[in-house]
Amino acid sequence: MKLQILGTGCPRCKQLLANVQQAVADMSGAVEIEKVEDIKEIMKFRVLATPALAVDGVVKAAGRVLSPDEIRKLLGK
Amino acid sequence: MDAVRAEALSGEVRCDLMCLLRRALSVLKTGAALALWWLVYRLLQPAVDFVTYRLLSLTPDTHLASSVSFFLFEVPKVLMLLVLVVFGVGVVRTFFTPERTRQILAGKRESVGNVLAAGLGIVTPFCSCSAVPLFLGFVETGIPLGVTFSFLIAAPMINEVALVLLFGMFGLKVAGLYLTTGLLIAILAGWTIGRLHLERHVEPWVYELQGQAGGDPAEERLDWSARLERGRIAVREIVGRVWLYVIAGIAVGAGIHGYVPEGLMASFMGKGVWWSVPLAVVLGIPMYSNAAGIIPVVQALLEKGAALGTVLAFMMSVIGLSLPETIILRKVLRWPLIAAFIGVVGTGILVVGFLFNLIF
Repeated sequence: MKLQILGTGCPRCKQLLANVQQAVADMSGAVEIEKVEDIKEIMKFRVLATPALAVDGVVKAAGRVLSPDEIRKLLGK
Repeated sequence: MDAVRAEALSGEVRCDLMCLLRRALSVLKTGAALALWWLVYRLLQPAVDFVTYRLLSLTPDTHLASSVSFFLFEVPKVLMLLVLVVFGVGVVRTFFTPERTRQILAGKRESVGNVLAAGLGIVTPFCSCSAVPLFLGFVETGIPLGVTFSFLIAAPMINEVALVLLFGMFGLKVAGLYLTTGLLIAILAGWTIGRLHLERHVEPWVYELQGQAGGDPAEERLDWSARLERGRIAVREIVGRVWLYVIAGIAVGAGIHGYVPEGLMASFMGKGVWWSVPLAVVLGIPMYSNAAGIIPVVQALLEKGAALGTVLAFMMSVIGLSLPETIILRKVLRWPLIAAFIGVVGTGILVVGFLFNLIF
């Protein structure tokens, strides 16, 4: 599973990254976390607001900082 | 047949009895919290009087008593207003996602588009770190540059935190004036930028994005308890970020309120001093993050004789024209367009400042 955090480096994006790391900390299996900071790359996901979270290339949330609980629920764990 | 329909319906709504109960409970809890809010707000002034004059036994009409009671009353009042409005706006914003705003604006003519974009700028969630993706997303759909700018000007300048502080400290009239003139500036400045035909100063790769990728991400479906929860999240996030600035600002304001003599500010921020308006605009551009703290200070200045137009111009410049946002926008815009943006919006703010100094 590949989690991508889309954001140009604002504090809210860093918070989302931290929450994602916390959410997957106790998860088994291979989880790859990538932070996408290049705006041209971000635009390929067609998001209008950052921070955004994409799971396996599909945007699941944009413009808000998901809590670790929300992220776990999103991943079905 | 009925069974199939029932199944389809339940599949669509996806809510059993327990879940319905949970939703009702969430709405009830919000109602109870609102009632409690109202009660506390009503009891604030008597409570503050009791603390200032009985518990601390300060003599009325002294500098200290005046400062202390100002501080003790304004801090909970402003924070409570902030919580209420940020919650309300947080819920309203679940209805106005950036995607929907873009849908509404796509294919609108310029003048109508400018008005709509400015209005939507108030209710659509926005933070300056989202300015670039939003700009790109709008331009990509073919929304005119001027209309996009109307949105980008209104979104940060007219925000709920600024409006609450203005209403709480200056009253309805000033908050209303700020809202109206802010909207006008966003509409007219966006329209002007559209007329200047500066599209060539957008970084070329922006237009290359047009029509590249597939469909939009699916829209979320939210029920009421989820919307209320978003409101609570907004309160945690926004009030959590600004409360310290608000308290610091009110503390400084309380000091000015109690100790600075009446009319002191009139000599250099008063109506007669024409250059105070442009100075206020220029000073306001590099200030940005302290908007929440600057309003209580500004309120105290106003009270001591600073002119309303000068103060409004200062505020708009602090909130509407920010250096960080400009730097972020530089990724997609070239300098001539950024200069036009600052120039047009700055001129608008200047006009507002002079106008109010003339009228009031």
